[in-house]
Amino acid sequence: MITIDPAIRIRGLEKSYQDVHVLRGVDFDVARGSIFALLGSNGAGKTTVVKTLSTLLKPDAGTATVDGFDVVSQPANVRESISLTGQFAAVDETLTGRENLVLVARLRHLEDVGRIADELLTRFHLAEAGGRAVSTYSGGMRRRLDIAMSLFGDPPVIFLDEPTTGLDPQSRVEVWNSVKDLAGRGTTVLLTTQYLDEAEQLAERIAILHQGRIVANGTLADLKRLLPPAQVEYVEKQPTLEDVFLAIIDNNNDIDHDNDHDNDHDSDHDNDHDSDSDTNGNGRTARVARAAGSDR
Amino acid sequence: MTTHFLGDTVVLLGRSMRHITRSLDTIVTVTIMPIALMLLFVYVFGGAIDTGSERYVNYLLPGILLITIAMGISYTAFRLFTDMKSGIFERFQSMPIARSSVLWAHVLTSLVSNLISLVIVMLVALLMGFRSPAGVLAWLGVAGILMLFTLTVTWLAVIAGLSAKTTDGAGAFSYPIIFLPFISSAFVPTDTMPGPVRAFAEHQPVTSIVNTIRDLITQQPVSTDIWTALAWCFGVLVVAYALAMATYHRKIA
Repeated sequence: MITIDPAIRIRGLEKSYQDVHVLRGVDFDVARGSIFALLGSNGAGKTTVVKTLSTLLKPDAGTATVDGFDVVSQPANVRESISLTGQFAAVDETLTGRENLVLVARLRHLEDVGRIADELLTRFHLAEAGGRAVSTYSGGMRRRLDIAMSLFGDPPVIFLDEPTTGLDPQSRVEVWNSVKDLAGRGTTVLLTTQYLDEAEQLAERIAILHQGRIVANGTLADLKRLLPPAQVEYVEKQPTLEDVFLAIIDNNNDIDHDNDHDNDHDSDHDNDHDSDSDTNGNGRTARVARAAGSDR
Repeated sequence: MTTHFLGDTVVLLGRSMRHITRSLDTIVTVTIMPIALMLLFVYVFGGAIDTGSERYVNYLLPGILLITIAMGISYTAFRLFTDMKSGIFERFQSMPIARSSVLWAHVLTSLVSNLISLVIVMLVALLMGFRSPAGVLAWLGVAGILMLFTLTVTWLAVIAGLSAKTTDGAGAFSYPIIFLPFISSAFVPTDTMPGPVRAFAEHQPVTSIVNTIRDLITQQPVSTDIWTALAWCFGVLVVAYALAMATYHRKIA
Protein backbone atom coordinates (compact mmCIF):
# COMPACT_ATOMS: atom_id res chain seq x y z
CA MET A 1 0.00 0.00 0.00
CA ILE A 2 1.32 3.38 -0.95
CA THR A 3 0.98 6.03 1.68
CA ILE A 4 0.59 9.55 0.38
CA ASP A 5 3.16 11.81 1.95
CA PRO A 6 2.00 15.25 2.90
CA ALA A 7 3.11 18.03 0.56
CA ILE A 8 4.67 19.87 3.48
CA ARG A 9 5.86 18.40 6.74
CA ILE A 10 7.38 20.49 9.50
CA ARG A 11 8.74 19.09 12.75
CA GLY A 12 10.20 21.02 15.66
CA LEU A 13 11.16 24.02 13.57
CA GLU A 14 13.10 26.67 15.47
CA LYS A 15 14.59 29.96 14.35
CA SER A 16 16.05 32.92 16.20
CA TYR A 17 17.27 36.29 15.05
CA GLN A 18 19.89 37.42 17.50
CA ASP A 19 17.99 37.33 20.82
CA VAL A 20 14.52 37.01 19.37
CA HIS A 21 13.23 33.47 19.43
CA VAL A 22 10.80 33.69 16.51
CA LEU A 23 9.94 30.03 16.05
CA ARG A 24 10.00 27.83 19.15
CA GLY A 25 9.19 24.42 17.74
CA VAL A 26 6.63 24.49 14.98
CA ASP A 27 4.96 21.28 13.79
CA PHE A 28 2.37 20.81 11.09
CA ASP A 29 1.56 18.89 7.92
CA VAL A 30 -0.16 20.11 4.80
CA ALA A 31 -2.00 17.49 2.75
CA ARG A 32 -1.50 17.43 -1.00
CA GLY A 33 -3.90 19.52 -3.03
CA SER A 34 -5.28 21.36 -0.02
CA ILE A 35 -5.32 25.00 1.02
CA PHE A 36 -3.73 25.49 4.40
CA ALA A 37 -3.83 28.81 6.19
CA LEU A 38 -1.25 29.89 8.71
CA LEU A 39 -2.93 32.51 10.82
CA GLY A 40 -1.19 34.90 13.14
CA SER A 41 -0.69 38.51 14.09
CA ASN A 42 2.19 40.64 12.85
CA GLY A 43 5.49 39.28 14.05
CA ALA A 44 4.08 35.86 14.90
CA GLY A 45 6.66 34.23 12.62
CA LYS A 46 4.50 33.40 9.61
CA THR A 47 6.97 34.87 7.13
CA THR A 48 9.83 33.06 8.82
CA VAL A 49 8.04 29.75 8.28
CA VAL A 50 7.42 30.58 4.63
CA LYS A 51 10.99 31.70 4.06
CA THR A 52 12.32 28.53 5.63
CA LEU A 53 10.09 26.39 3.44
CA SER A 54 11.15 28.29 0.33
CA THR A 55 14.87 27.80 1.17
CA LEU A 56 15.53 31.48 1.83
CA LEU A 57 16.33 30.87 5.49
CA LYS A 58 18.02 28.00 7.25
CA PRO A 59 16.32 26.76 10.40
CA ASP A 60 18.27 26.59 13.66
CA ALA A 61 16.64 23.29 14.58
CA GLY A 62 13.98 20.93 13.36
CA THR A 63 13.20 19.60 9.92
CA ALA A 64 11.01 20.65 7.05
CA THR A 65 10.25 18.76 3.87
CA VAL A 66 8.45 20.09 0.84
CA ASP A 67 7.20 17.67 -1.79
CA GLY A 68 9.32 15.03 -0.10
CA PHE A 69 12.56 17.03 -0.24
CA ASP A 70 14.41 18.34 2.78
CA VAL A 71 14.74 22.13 2.68
CA VAL A 72 18.25 22.08 4.13
CA SER A 73 19.87 19.15 2.37
CA GLN A 74 17.99 19.25 -0.96
CA PRO A 75 17.25 22.95 -1.54
CA ALA A 76 17.59 22.71 -5.32
CA ASN A 77 14.88 20.02 -5.50
CA VAL A 78 12.66 22.06 -3.22
CA ARG A 79 13.03 25.08 -5.49
CA GLU A 80 11.94 22.96 -8.44
CA SER A 81 8.77 22.03 -6.57
CA ILE A 82 7.68 25.37 -5.18
CA SER A 83 6.76 28.84 -6.02
CA LEU A 84 6.83 31.74 -3.61
CA THR A 85 4.67 34.81 -3.68
CA GLY A 86 6.19 36.96 -1.00
CA GLN A 87 4.65 39.58 1.20
CA PHE A 88 5.48 42.41 -1.18
CA ALA A 89 4.64 41.97 -4.82
CA ALA A 90 7.89 40.72 -6.36
CA VAL A 91 7.42 42.19 -9.79
CA ASP A 92 9.73 44.28 -11.91
CA GLU A 93 8.25 47.77 -12.09
CA THR A 94 10.14 48.83 -15.18
CA LEU A 95 9.15 45.88 -17.29
CA THR A 96 5.66 45.36 -18.70
CA GLY A 97 3.39 42.72 -17.23
CA ARG A 98 4.05 40.42 -20.13
CA GLU A 99 7.81 40.90 -19.92
CA ASN A 100 7.66 40.00 -16.24
CA LEU A 101 5.94 36.74 -17.09
CA VAL A 102 8.35 35.99 -19.91
CA LEU A 103 11.30 36.68 -17.61
CA VAL A 104 10.12 34.18 -15.03
CA ALA A 105 9.21 31.63 -17.69
CA ARG A 106 12.73 31.85 -19.15
CA LEU A 107 14.24 31.43 -15.71
CA ARG A 108 12.16 28.31 -15.28
CA HIS A 109 13.66 27.10 -18.57
CA LEU A 110 10.31 26.57 -20.25
CA GLU A 111 9.55 26.25 -23.93
CA ASP A 112 7.07 28.44 -25.73
CA VAL A 113 7.22 31.19 -23.13
CA GLY A 114 5.24 33.70 -25.15
CA ARG A 115 2.18 31.51 -25.42
CA ILE A 116 2.18 30.61 -21.71
CA ALA A 117 2.62 34.26 -20.81
CA ASP A 118 -0.38 35.25 -22.91
CA GLU A 119 -2.45 32.46 -21.41
CA LEU A 120 -1.68 33.58 -17.89
CA LEU A 121 -2.38 37.21 -18.73
CA THR A 122 -5.83 36.19 -19.92
CA ARG A 123 -6.47 33.91 -16.98
CA PHE A 124 -5.64 36.72 -14.55
CA HIS A 125 -7.58 39.40 -16.44
CA LEU A 126 -4.43 41.27 -17.36
CA ALA A 127 -4.48 40.78 -21.12
CA GLU A 128 -5.16 44.43 -21.88
CA ALA A 129 -2.62 45.72 -19.38
CA GLY A 130 0.03 43.21 -20.46
CA GLY A 131 1.89 45.71 -22.62
CA ARG A 132 2.10 48.45 -19.98
CA ALA A 133 4.88 48.98 -17.47
CA VAL A 134 4.00 47.46 -14.12
CA SER A 135 4.64 50.81 -12.43
CA THR A 136 1.27 51.93 -13.84
CA TYR A 137 -0.63 48.97 -12.30
CA SER A 138 -2.96 49.12 -9.33
CA GLY A 139 -2.23 47.08 -6.20
CA GLY A 140 -4.68 44.36 -7.16
CA MET A 141 -3.24 44.07 -10.66
CA ARG A 142 0.27 43.80 -9.28
CA ARG A 143 -0.79 41.08 -6.91
CA ARG A 144 -2.51 39.13 -9.67
CA LEU A 145 0.57 39.48 -11.86
CA ASP A 146 2.67 38.37 -8.92
CA ILE A 147 0.58 35.24 -8.45
CA ALA A 148 0.53 34.61 -12.19
CA MET A 149 4.33 34.72 -12.16
CA SER A 150 4.28 31.98 -9.55
CA LEU A 151 2.37 29.54 -11.69
CA PHE A 152 4.87 28.73 -14.42
CA GLY A 153 5.80 25.12 -14.73
CA ASP A 154 2.84 24.22 -12.50
CA PRO A 155 4.80 23.84 -9.28
CA PRO A 156 3.01 21.38 -6.99
CA VAL A 157 3.36 23.63 -3.94
CA ILE A 158 2.69 27.35 -3.76
CA PHE A 159 3.42 29.68 -0.86
CA LEU A 160 1.43 32.87 -0.59
CA ASP A 161 2.66 35.17 2.14
CA GLU A 162 -0.13 37.56 3.08
CA PRO A 163 -1.47 37.68 -0.46
CA THR A 164 -4.13 40.31 0.20
CA THR A 165 -2.49 42.63 2.69
CA GLY A 166 -3.03 46.18 1.51
CA LEU A 167 -5.54 45.31 -1.19
CA ASP A 168 -9.00 46.78 -1.56
CA PRO A 169 -11.92 44.38 -0.92
CA GLN A 170 -12.62 43.88 -4.59
CA SER A 171 -9.04 42.92 -5.37
CA ARG A 172 -9.07 40.60 -2.38
CA VAL A 173 -12.00 38.70 -3.85
CA GLU A 174 -10.14 38.46 -7.16
CA VAL A 175 -7.07 37.04 -5.44
CA TRP A 176 -9.23 34.64 -3.45
CA ASN A 177 -10.78 33.37 -6.63
CA SER A 178 -7.34 32.83 -8.13
CA VAL A 179 -6.27 30.85 -5.08
CA LYS A 180 -9.40 28.68 -5.13
CA ASP A 181 -8.85 28.09 -8.82
CA LEU A 182 -5.30 26.92 -8.10
CA ALA A 183 -6.34 24.48 -5.43
CA GLY A 184 -9.01 23.21 -7.80
CA ARG A 185 -6.21 22.21 -10.15
CA GLY A 186 -4.54 20.11 -7.49
CA THR A 187 -1.90 22.59 -6.33
CA THR A 188 -1.08 22.61 -2.64
CA VAL A 189 -1.38 26.13 -1.28
CA LEU A 190 0.11 27.33 1.98
CA LEU A 191 -1.04 30.83 2.67
CA THR A 192 -0.34 33.08 5.60
CA THR A 193 -2.72 35.75 6.63
CA GLN A 194 -3.65 38.00 9.48
CA TYR A 195 -7.23 38.26 8.26
CA LEU A 196 -9.54 35.79 9.90
CA ASP A 197 -12.16 35.99 7.18
CA GLU A 198 -9.54 35.16 4.56
CA ALA A 199 -8.61 31.94 6.32
CA GLU A 200 -12.29 31.17 6.71
CA GLN A 201 -13.02 31.80 3.04
CA LEU A 202 -10.17 29.81 1.61
CA ALA A 203 -8.63 27.23 3.84
CA GLU A 204 -9.56 23.66 4.47
CA ARG A 205 -7.28 23.60 7.47
CA ILE A 206 -6.17 26.49 9.61
CA ALA A 207 -3.25 26.63 12.01
CA ILE A 208 -2.80 29.48 14.43
CA LEU A 209 0.78 30.52 15.00
CA HIS A 210 1.26 32.40 18.23
CA GLN A 211 4.50 33.28 20.01
CA GLY A 212 6.48 30.89 17.84
CA ARG A 213 4.26 27.86 18.30
CA ILE A 214 1.20 26.35 16.64
CA VAL A 215 -1.47 26.81 19.29
CA ALA A 216 -4.35 25.37 17.27
CA ASN A 217 -4.60 23.34 14.09
CA GLY A 218 -7.69 21.95 12.44
CA THR A 219 -10.61 22.56 10.12
CA LEU A 220 -12.75 25.59 10.70
CA ALA A 221 -15.31 23.35 12.37
CA ASP A 222 -12.63 21.90 14.66
CA LEU A 223 -11.52 25.34 15.68
CA LYS A 224 -15.05 26.48 16.33
CA ARG A 225 -15.56 23.51 18.62
CA LEU A 226 -12.72 24.76 20.79
CA LEU A 227 -15.07 27.43 22.08
CA PRO A 228 -18.38 27.06 23.86
CA PRO A 229 -21.41 26.76 21.55
CA ALA A 230 -22.32 29.88 19.61
CA GLN A 231 -25.10 32.09 20.88
CA VAL A 232 -27.78 31.54 18.32
CA GLU A 233 -29.73 34.67 19.15
CA TYR A 234 -27.11 36.91 17.58
CA VAL A 235 -27.18 35.33 14.12
CA GLU A 236 -29.19 37.75 12.09
CA LYS A 237 -28.61 38.21 8.42
CA GLN A 238 -26.87 41.52 8.77
CA PRO A 239 -24.72 42.45 5.74
CA THR A 240 -21.21 43.52 6.60
CA LEU A 241 -19.85 46.81 5.37
CA GLU A 242 -17.73 44.77 2.97
CA ASP A 243 -20.85 43.20 1.43
CA VAL A 244 -22.41 46.62 1.02
CA PHE A 245 -19.24 48.05 -0.46
CA LEU A 246 -18.82 45.22 -2.93
CA ALA A 247 -22.47 45.32 -3.97
CA ILE A 248 -22.28 49.03 -4.71
CA ILE A 249 -18.93 48.79 -6.46
CA ASP A 250 -20.01 45.85 -8.61
CA ASN A 251 -23.10 47.70 -9.78
CA ASN A 252 -21.16 50.74 -10.82
CA ASN A 253 -18.01 49.20 -11.97
CA ASP A 254 -18.63 46.77 -14.76
CA ILE A 255 -16.95 49.04 -17.29
CA ASP A 256 -13.49 49.70 -15.92
CA HIS A 257 -13.18 46.55 -13.96
CA ASP A 258 -9.61 45.89 -14.85
CA ASN A 259 -7.68 49.05 -15.15
CA ASP A 260 -8.65 51.50 -12.52
CA HIS A 261 -8.59 50.44 -8.97
CA ASP A 262 -6.61 53.37 -7.86
CA ASN A 263 -5.99 52.04 -4.43
CA ASP A 264 -2.47 52.43 -3.26
CA HIS A 265 -0.70 49.22 -3.17
CA ASP A 266 1.17 49.46 0.02
CA SER A 267 0.62 47.73 3.23
CA ASP A 268 -0.04 50.75 5.40
CA HIS A 269 -3.28 49.19 6.42
CA ASP A 270 -1.57 46.52 8.46
CA ASN A 271 -2.10 48.18 11.74
CA ASP A 272 -5.81 48.51 11.33
CA HIS A 273 -6.13 44.81 11.54
CA ASP A 274 -3.92 44.00 14.45
CA SER A 275 -6.87 43.82 16.77
CA ASP A 276 -8.44 41.12 14.61
CA SER A 277 -5.97 38.58 15.59
CA ASP A 278 -6.51 38.64 19.31
CA THR A 279 -10.24 38.32 19.21
CA ASN A 280 -11.92 35.73 21.34
CA GLY A 281 -15.62 35.39 22.03
CA ASN A 282 -16.23 38.79 20.57
CA GLY A 283 -14.75 38.06 17.20
CA ARG A 284 -16.67 34.84 17.05
CA THR A 285 -20.09 36.38 17.11
CA ALA A 286 -18.96 38.73 14.41
CA ARG A 287 -17.72 35.79 12.44
CA VAL A 288 -20.97 33.92 12.73
CA ALA A 289 -22.84 36.97 11.59
CA ARG A 290 -20.56 37.28 8.61
CA ALA A 291 -20.90 33.65 7.65
CA ALA A 292 -24.60 34.20 7.38
CA GLY A 293 -24.32 37.49 5.60
CA SER A 294 -21.62 36.77 3.11
CA ASP A 295 -23.38 34.02 1.30
CA ARG A 296 -22.70 35.55 -2.08
CA MET B 1 23.94 23.68 -13.47
CA THR B 2 26.62 25.38 -15.58
CA THR B 3 24.36 25.56 -18.63
CA HIS B 4 21.70 27.09 -16.42
CA PHE B 5 24.21 29.55 -15.07
CA LEU B 6 25.01 30.97 -18.51
CA GLY B 7 21.41 30.94 -19.71
CA ASP B 8 20.03 32.43 -16.49
CA THR B 9 22.71 35.11 -16.44
CA VAL B 10 21.87 36.11 -20.00
CA VAL B 11 18.14 36.30 -19.21
CA LEU B 12 18.78 38.41 -16.12
CA LEU B 13 21.27 40.58 -17.98
CA GLY B 14 18.57 41.26 -20.57
CA ARG B 15 16.28 42.29 -17.76
CA SER B 16 18.59 44.81 -16.13
CA MET B 17 19.75 46.18 -19.48
CA ARG B 18 16.10 47.02 -20.14
CA HIS B 19 16.14 49.08 -16.97
CA ILE B 20 18.93 51.11 -18.48
CA THR B 21 17.52 51.48 -21.97
CA ARG B 22 14.09 52.42 -20.55
CA SER B 23 15.42 55.06 -18.21
CA LEU B 24 18.28 56.64 -20.10
CA ASP B 25 18.49 59.28 -17.38
CA THR B 26 20.88 56.99 -15.50
CA ILE B 27 23.33 57.20 -18.40
CA VAL B 28 22.82 60.96 -18.56
CA THR B 29 23.39 61.42 -14.82
CA VAL B 30 26.49 59.26 -14.97
CA THR B 31 28.06 61.14 -17.90
CA ILE B 32 27.04 64.70 -17.06
CA MET B 33 29.45 65.17 -14.17
CA PRO B 34 32.56 63.90 -15.92
CA ILE B 35 31.67 66.01 -18.97
CA ALA B 36 31.12 69.10 -16.81
CA LEU B 37 34.44 68.48 -15.06
CA MET B 38 36.15 68.08 -18.39
CA LEU B 39 34.70 71.38 -19.65
CA LEU B 40 35.63 73.12 -16.41
CA PHE B 41 39.18 71.85 -16.32
CA VAL B 42 39.90 72.30 -20.01
CA TYR B 43 38.32 75.72 -20.54
CA VAL B 44 38.63 77.29 -17.06
CA PHE B 45 41.59 75.86 -15.13
CA GLY B 46 43.43 74.19 -17.96
CA GLY B 47 45.08 77.32 -19.30
CA ALA B 48 46.94 77.74 -16.02
CA ILE B 49 48.02 74.12 -15.70
CA ASP B 50 51.38 73.30 -17.21
CA THR B 51 51.49 69.71 -18.40
CA GLY B 52 54.25 70.13 -20.91
CA SER B 53 53.66 70.23 -24.61
CA GLU B 54 50.53 68.06 -24.58
CA ARG B 55 47.06 69.39 -25.14
CA TYR B 56 45.37 69.51 -21.77
CA VAL B 57 42.29 67.58 -22.94
CA ASN B 58 44.62 64.73 -23.92
CA TYR B 59 46.25 64.94 -20.52
CA LEU B 60 43.11 64.81 -18.39
CA LEU B 61 40.96 62.34 -20.36
CA PRO B 62 42.24 59.19 -18.56
CA GLY B 63 41.27 60.63 -15.17
CA ILE B 64 37.89 61.75 -16.50
CA LEU B 65 37.23 58.23 -17.75
CA LEU B 66 37.95 56.78 -14.31
CA ILE B 67 35.58 59.32 -12.74
CA THR B 68 32.92 58.25 -15.25
CA ILE B 69 33.29 54.65 -14.11
CA ALA B 70 33.18 55.63 -10.45
CA MET B 71 29.93 57.50 -11.11
CA GLY B 72 28.54 54.57 -13.05
CA ILE B 73 29.06 51.94 -10.40
CA SER B 74 27.05 53.86 -7.83
CA TYR B 75 24.07 52.95 -10.01
CA THR B 76 25.15 49.32 -9.94
CA ALA B 77 24.96 49.41 -6.16
CA PHE B 78 21.66 51.24 -6.38
CA ARG B 79 20.11 48.71 -8.77
CA LEU B 80 21.22 45.80 -6.66
CA PHE B 81 19.92 47.46 -3.50
CA THR B 82 16.54 48.13 -5.16
CA ASP B 83 16.25 44.49 -6.19
CA MET B 84 17.01 43.33 -2.67
CA LYS B 85 14.35 45.62 -1.24
CA SER B 86 11.66 44.91 -3.78
CA GLY B 87 11.20 41.22 -3.15
CA ILE B 88 12.10 40.25 -6.69
CA PHE B 89 15.44 39.15 -5.31
CA GLU B 90 13.67 36.64 -3.05
CA ARG B 91 11.59 35.47 -5.96
CA PHE B 92 14.77 34.72 -7.91
CA GLN B 93 16.37 33.03 -4.91
CA SER B 94 13.37 30.76 -4.43
CA MET B 95 13.44 29.67 -8.07
CA PRO B 96 15.42 26.78 -9.50
CA ILE B 97 18.08 28.99 -11.06
CA ALA B 98 21.81 29.27 -10.58
CA ARG B 99 21.89 31.61 -7.60
CA SER B 100 25.09 33.41 -8.47
CA SER B 101 23.72 34.41 -11.86
CA VAL B 102 21.62 37.02 -10.06
CA LEU B 103 24.83 38.79 -9.04
CA TRP B 104 26.66 38.21 -12.29
CA ALA B 105 23.81 39.75 -14.26
CA HIS B 106 24.27 42.94 -12.27
CA VAL B 107 28.01 42.83 -12.76
CA LEU B 108 27.71 42.40 -16.53
CA THR B 109 25.10 45.14 -16.70
CA SER B 110 27.58 47.38 -14.95
CA LEU B 111 30.24 46.59 -17.55
CA VAL B 112 27.93 47.24 -20.48
CA SER B 113 26.41 50.44 -19.12
CA ASN B 114 29.82 51.81 -18.17
CA LEU B 115 31.05 51.06 -21.66
CA ILE B 116 28.19 53.13 -23.08
CA SER B 117 28.98 56.00 -20.71
CA LEU B 118 32.69 55.84 -21.56
CA VAL B 119 31.95 56.04 -25.27
CA ILE B 120 29.75 59.11 -24.73
CA VAL B 121 32.41 60.88 -22.68
CA MET B 122 35.06 60.03 -25.29
CA LEU B 123 32.88 61.48 -28.05
CA VAL B 124 32.57 64.73 -26.13
CA ALA B 125 36.35 64.73 -25.65
CA LEU B 126 36.79 64.34 -29.40
CA LEU B 127 34.56 67.37 -29.94
CA MET B 128 36.77 69.27 -27.49
CA GLY B 129 39.85 68.52 -29.52
CA PHE B 130 41.07 65.25 -28.05
CA ARG B 131 43.26 63.44 -30.58
CA SER B 132 45.33 60.32 -30.19
CA PRO B 133 48.01 58.86 -32.43
CA ALA B 134 47.56 55.45 -30.81
CA GLY B 135 46.91 52.36 -32.92
CA VAL B 136 44.33 49.63 -32.51
CA LEU B 137 46.51 47.57 -30.21
CA ALA B 138 47.10 50.45 -27.81
CA TRP B 139 43.37 51.22 -27.78
CA LEU B 140 42.59 47.59 -27.04
CA GLY B 141 45.00 47.93 -24.12
CA VAL B 142 43.14 51.03 -22.94
CA ALA B 143 39.80 49.25 -23.26
CA GLY B 144 41.17 46.27 -21.35
CA ILE B 145 42.42 48.36 -18.47
CA LEU B 146 39.20 50.37 -18.29
CA MET B 147 37.13 47.17 -18.22
CA LEU B 148 39.37 45.66 -15.57
CA PHE B 149 39.01 48.80 -13.46
CA THR B 150 35.23 48.72 -13.99
CA LEU B 151 35.05 45.09 -12.96
CA THR B 152 37.11 45.77 -9.85
CA VAL B 153 35.05 48.71 -8.62
CA THR B 154 31.83 46.94 -9.65
CA TRP B 155 32.54 44.20 -7.13
CA LEU B 156 33.07 46.92 -4.53
CA ALA B 157 29.67 48.26 -5.59
CA VAL B 158 28.18 44.79 -5.11
CA ILE B 159 29.37 44.77 -1.50
CA ALA B 160 27.82 48.19 -0.98
CA GLY B 161 24.56 47.26 -2.70
CA LEU B 162 24.20 44.06 -0.69
CA SER B 163 25.02 45.51 2.70
CA ALA B 164 23.49 49.01 2.48
CA LYS B 165 20.60 49.91 4.75
CA THR B 166 19.35 52.87 2.71
CA THR B 167 19.38 53.97 -0.92
CA ASP B 168 21.74 56.81 -0.07
CA GLY B 169 24.10 54.43 1.65
CA ALA B 170 24.16 52.19 -1.41
CA GLY B 171 25.47 55.05 -3.56
CA ALA B 172 27.66 56.89 -1.06
CA PHE B 173 30.55 54.43 -1.14
CA SER B 174 31.48 55.65 -4.61
CA TYR B 175 32.37 59.19 -3.44
CA PRO B 176 35.90 58.27 -2.33
CA ILE B 177 36.47 56.53 -5.67
CA ILE B 178 35.18 59.59 -7.53
CA PHE B 179 37.58 61.73 -5.51
CA LEU B 180 40.69 59.59 -5.84
CA PRO B 181 41.59 60.92 -9.32
CA PHE B 182 41.78 64.47 -7.93
CA ILE B 183 44.66 63.49 -5.68
CA SER B 184 46.56 61.74 -8.43
CA SER B 185 48.35 62.49 -11.65
CA ALA B 186 44.99 62.75 -13.44
CA PHE B 187 44.63 66.54 -13.51
CA VAL B 188 48.05 67.92 -12.63
CA PRO B 189 51.54 66.41 -12.56
CA THR B 190 52.24 65.08 -9.08
CA ASP B 191 55.61 66.81 -8.73
CA THR B 192 53.91 70.15 -8.00
CA MET B 193 52.25 68.72 -4.87
CA PRO B 194 53.62 69.18 -1.32
CA GLY B 195 55.49 66.18 0.16
CA PRO B 196 52.86 64.08 1.98
CA VAL B 197 50.16 64.73 -0.65
CA ARG B 198 52.60 63.85 -3.38
CA ALA B 199 53.58 60.65 -1.59
CA PHE B 200 49.91 59.67 -1.35
CA ALA B 201 49.21 60.66 -4.96
CA GLU B 202 52.10 58.66 -6.31
CA HIS B 203 51.30 55.53 -4.39
CA GLN B 204 47.56 55.28 -4.78
CA PRO B 205 46.11 53.07 -7.51
CA VAL B 206 44.61 55.77 -9.71
CA THR B 207 47.97 57.36 -10.58
CA SER B 208 49.41 54.16 -12.01
CA ILE B 209 46.23 53.44 -13.94
CA VAL B 210 46.04 57.01 -15.30
CA ASN B 211 49.71 56.96 -16.28
CA THR B 212 49.33 53.66 -18.09
CA ILE B 213 46.28 54.80 -20.05
CA ARG B 214 48.02 58.10 -20.85
CA ASP B 215 51.09 56.32 -22.15
CA LEU B 216 48.92 54.09 -24.30
CA ILE B 217 46.84 56.82 -25.89
CA THR B 218 49.82 59.08 -26.52
CA GLN B 219 51.67 56.16 -28.11
CA GLN B 220 54.47 56.33 -25.54
CA PRO B 221 56.31 53.25 -24.37
CA VAL B 222 54.42 51.94 -21.34
CA SER B 223 56.35 52.31 -18.10
CA THR B 224 56.38 49.90 -15.19
CA ASP B 225 53.24 51.69 -14.04
CA ILE B 226 51.27 49.08 -15.95
CA TRP B 227 52.39 46.35 -13.55
CA THR B 228 51.50 48.50 -10.56
CA ALA B 229 48.14 49.26 -12.17
CA LEU B 230 47.40 45.60 -12.91
CA ALA B 231 48.53 44.56 -9.45
CA TRP B 232 46.20 47.09 -7.82
CA CYS B 233 43.25 46.13 -10.01
CA PHE B 234 43.65 42.38 -9.64
CA GLY B 235 44.46 42.65 -5.95
CA VAL B 236 41.39 44.73 -5.12
CA LEU B 237 39.30 42.62 -7.49
CA VAL B 238 40.13 39.39 -5.72
CA VAL B 239 39.47 40.82 -2.27
CA ALA B 240 36.28 42.61 -3.34
CA TYR B 241 34.97 39.51 -5.09
CA ALA B 242 35.63 37.33 -2.05
CA LEU B 243 33.96 39.83 0.28
CA ALA B 244 31.01 40.32 -2.06
CA MET B 245 30.44 36.57 -2.33
CA ALA B 246 30.72 36.16 1.43
CA THR B 247 28.18 38.95 1.92
CA TYR B 248 25.92 37.38 -0.69
CA HIS B 249 25.97 33.97 0.94
CA ARG B 250 25.29 35.50 4.30
CA LYS B 251 22.29 37.35 2.85
CA ILE B 252 20.72 34.41 1.07
CA ALA B 253 21.23 31.51 3.42
